[in-house]
Amino acid sequence: MVSELLASAIRMGLPVLLAALGAVYSERSGVVNIGLEGMMITGSFWGAVGAYYAGPLAGMALAVAASVLMALVHAVVSVTFRVDQIVSGVALNILAYGAARFSSIALFQKATMSPHVQGFTPISVPGLDQVPWLKPLVTNLSPLVVVGFLLVPLSYWVIEKTVFGLRLRAVGENPLAADTLGLKVFHLRYAGVLLSGVLAGLAGAYLSVEHTGMYVEGMTQGKGYIALAAMIFGNWSPVGAMGAALLFGFAESLSFRVVESAVVPYQFIKMIPYALTLVVLAGVLKRTRPPAADGIPYEREEA
Amino acid sequence: MAFLELREVTKRFPGVVANDRISLEIDRGEIRALVGENGAGKSTLMKVLSGLYQPDAGEIRLDGRRVVIDSPRRAIELGIGMVHQHFMLIPRFTVLENIVLGSEPARGGLLREREARRIVGELCQKYEFTLDLGARVEDLSVGAQQRVEILKVLYRGAEILILDEPTAVLAPQEVRELFVNLRHLRDQGKTIIFISHKLDEVLEIADRISVLRRGVLVGTVRREETERAALARMMVGRPVLLELEKGPYRPGEDRLVVEDLTVPGPGGRPAVRRVSLRVRAGEIYGIAGIEGNGQSELVEALSGLRRASAGRILIGGVSVTEATMRRMRPVTEGRVRRARPVAEGRVRRLRELGLAHIPEDRQRRGLILAMTVWENGVLGLHRSPSFARRGWLQVRPIKKHAQSLVREFDIRLPGLDIPVRNVSGGNQQKLILARELGREPTLIVASQPTRGLDIGATEFVRQQLLRARDRGRAVLLVSADLEEVLSLSDRVGVMYGGELVAEFRPGEVTPEEIGHYMLGGRARATEAAVGGTRGADGAGGTGGAGGGVGPAGGTGGAAGADGGVRGRGGAGEAGGTGGGMA
Ligand SMILES: Nc1ncnc2c1ncn2[C@@H]1O[C@H](COP(=O)(O)OP(=O)(O)O)[C@@H](O)[C@H]1O
Ligand SMILES: [Mg+2]
Repeated sequence: MVSELLASAIRMGLPVLLAALGAVYSERSGVVNIGLEGMMITGSFWGAVGAYYAGPLAGMALAVAASVLMALVHAVVSVTFRVDQIVSGVALNILAYGAARFSSIALFQKATMSPHVQGFTPISVPGLDQVPWLKPLVTNLSPLVVVGFLLVPLSYWVIEKTVFGLRLRAVGENPLAADTLGLKVFHLRYAGVLLSGVLAGLAGAYLSVEHTGMYVEGMTQGKGYIALAAMIFGNWSPVGAMGAALLFGFAESLSFRVVESAVVPYQFIKMIPYALTLVVLAGVLKRTRPPAADGIPYEREEA
Repeated sequence: MAFLELREVTKRFPGVVANDRISLEIDRGEIRALVGENGAGKSTLMKVLSGLYQPDAGEIRLDGRRVVIDSPRRAIELGIGMVHQHFMLIPRFTVLENIVLGSEPARGGLLREREARRIVGELCQKYEFTLDLGARVEDLSVGAQQRVEILKVLYRGAEILILDEPTAVLAPQEVRELFVNLRHLRDQGKTIIFISHKLDEVLEIADRISVLRRGVLVGTVRREETERAALARMMVGRPVLLELEKGPYRPGEDRLVVEDLTVPGPGGRPAVRRVSLRVRAGEIYGIAGIEGNGQSELVEALSGLRRASAGRILIGGVSVTEATMRRMRPVTEGRVRRARPVAEGRVRRLRELGLAHIPEDRQRRGLILAMTVWENGVLGLHRSPSFARRGWLQVRPIKKHAQSLVREFDIRLPGLDIPVRNVSGGNQQKLILARELGREPTLIVASQPTRGLDIGATEFVRQQLLRARDRGRAVLLVSADLEEVLSLSDRVGVMYGGELVAEFRPGEVTPEEIGHYMLGGRARATEAAVGGTRGADGAGGTGGAGGGVGPAGGTGGAAGADGGVRGRGGAGEAGGTGGGMA
């Protein structure tokens, strides 16, 4: 029972985790990416398209490609042209919504949903699947779940231990200092934003291809924003983001269970995860510390 | 042949020629000082050398070969490293990370931390730098941060080190330490270009001194062949008054009383801790200390811009601490009288009580850059009946007022209708001073009033503050420039870590001793003295006399007996016991 709840929390939390990891890369390089939501919408739609025509792997590839394209737009607009990062991100979100709807009509003759699509074959962790109480946690898993949780230590390692990570962080903390040391500020910021595009695309594709089995308009339900909150809650670190994403997933899966036995109006139950996010954020914000140059476009001083 | 040679280097900015055909020859293993007033073009010239700016004309030769330095990266390849006036460090990174960033020892993209530590450790040893490589830069003292900056440059193999005003932010001890390091570097064959406008320092450290004035090289002299006054004349182009005129010290009643004031800083932790001081009519009370030790927060609390969490502030006997603000009680000999109700607005109330504020960030807090000179001249006075009628500004009187300020304070402007943004720094500060002093305030809080000004404007601002004092105003002067504090003030307090760690009269203590306090040293006495000192405070508070008790003066409590070293963790030798008896 507990492990079932946990397994469900993991399934619900995964898209938030993936997108939040993406946000970590972007924000550590100094670029706020509120466009995550739009990138997830894009990922969920194109994931379904790819999976519908050529299978789940193609879905993932298409979702990532489409989402990275949006990330590229965000980078060009906010890094190269120094447009306010929030404005650029919000614009992307609006664009993504309309573009998904338009493309859906064009491809599926329906504005709001795709036909059913086939996901990956679920996998089990060999050995552990024999332990009864672990069973719900280690069997019938989407490969993306495994990938997502492997990405946590990997991201930690990349950000904290590699030269790339050091430079990425440097650019997010003090781009001027980084510039005087010969670091390529713009390249690094592009890398951060594009990586967030990759991960947000995967997060979206997971929702449609793996979790639901089809694309439905509005299926991201603001998870891109929740991911941003999870990243803040997790103090801009991969491990912290994972904790926050799991907490959100847990609240969401709990809300499903409460519904099943409900006395409280359904709408209130659905609010739980979001209200929780608000409460947690309000309580935590004071103790977190964003990268010093987060959200500030870098302009080279020249004569 | 010179190691580094500049030939007719010219750099123009819109409206100014920052460097006008400058030619310099610098030898290997020399410490060359570059002096000049603010705006003389020193930083610009060095930015040309370090690849941040491209010269409009002229050439640079290194070891006889002509070089083009088109980027900071190229400068480093050529062995030219710049230690910037504003540190280029990442506070959250460790010392080691800051040093190796950009040329990290790595294998397969993975940072080799042990290797980095070894290389940097060897550098530290070779040049005798003491630094904890694992410490976070944000936890270091300014002096240590500067060593990190120097090491950054050495790590990249610099043969020529450029230091832009490296001593501006240091305490005297730290300056000495820096000079020791610089001499070491020179003795090992490094060439050092040292920028400053403090002549004493230059005369101490440099082998040769080049003087810039308004973008032009006035000349280069050997250290042995010059002296202070001559250099000052070269810098300014006319003889300079190095002494200030100051009337006799005749302090009057308390104008500002601060009692046990605690003020939270940006992070919520107290930035000012239980500070008590009083400033009287006709005196300048100077606050010395390295920046970032609570001075800014103290000033913000005094000027109504930041909320204190404990303690009291009294201006002219009226308590203005937030908690008691609404009632505005003048405290007279223990009895409480209701004050005339004052219109709402905290800062406005303070100003109505006679406070004038000369803020440290003059461009953000002192002026509205996009507004014209005449508009800025009336800020804060715009409600007075002579300038506003039923909510309408009376433009003609306001302009006349601005005109008189400009005349009286010798502000040089093309016109009253230009935005303040287009006025030079010195004249901006003069405008603030004119506006604030023109109101005939009773208490003046001046924060870093001469920062970034040229010698002429600095002289003027100091003279104005002294004149205000001589006319019976109370002045609280906060400055990171120790020399300034000591030359202007009648009494001096030193802040460290948010506390007022010492209080004395200038001339009673040596700069070294002050430096000791600035760096967190405690007054030399034991815990036993604390009670005594506190007692003296209490007595002073009720009796209405000044703060501490002089080392020699056992007459604590009597008016005029203040001064002497008062320490929080103790007191100067006799001061503690003297205070105890008072
Ligand atoms: N980036 C810039 N743009 C325009 N003018 C500048 C710039 N940098 C410096 N100046 C001007 O060039 C002159 C020299 O400045 P600077 O080299 O900073 O002087 P110093 O370092 O000797 O105080 C000043 O008049 C200054 O206003
Ligand atoms: Mg300068």
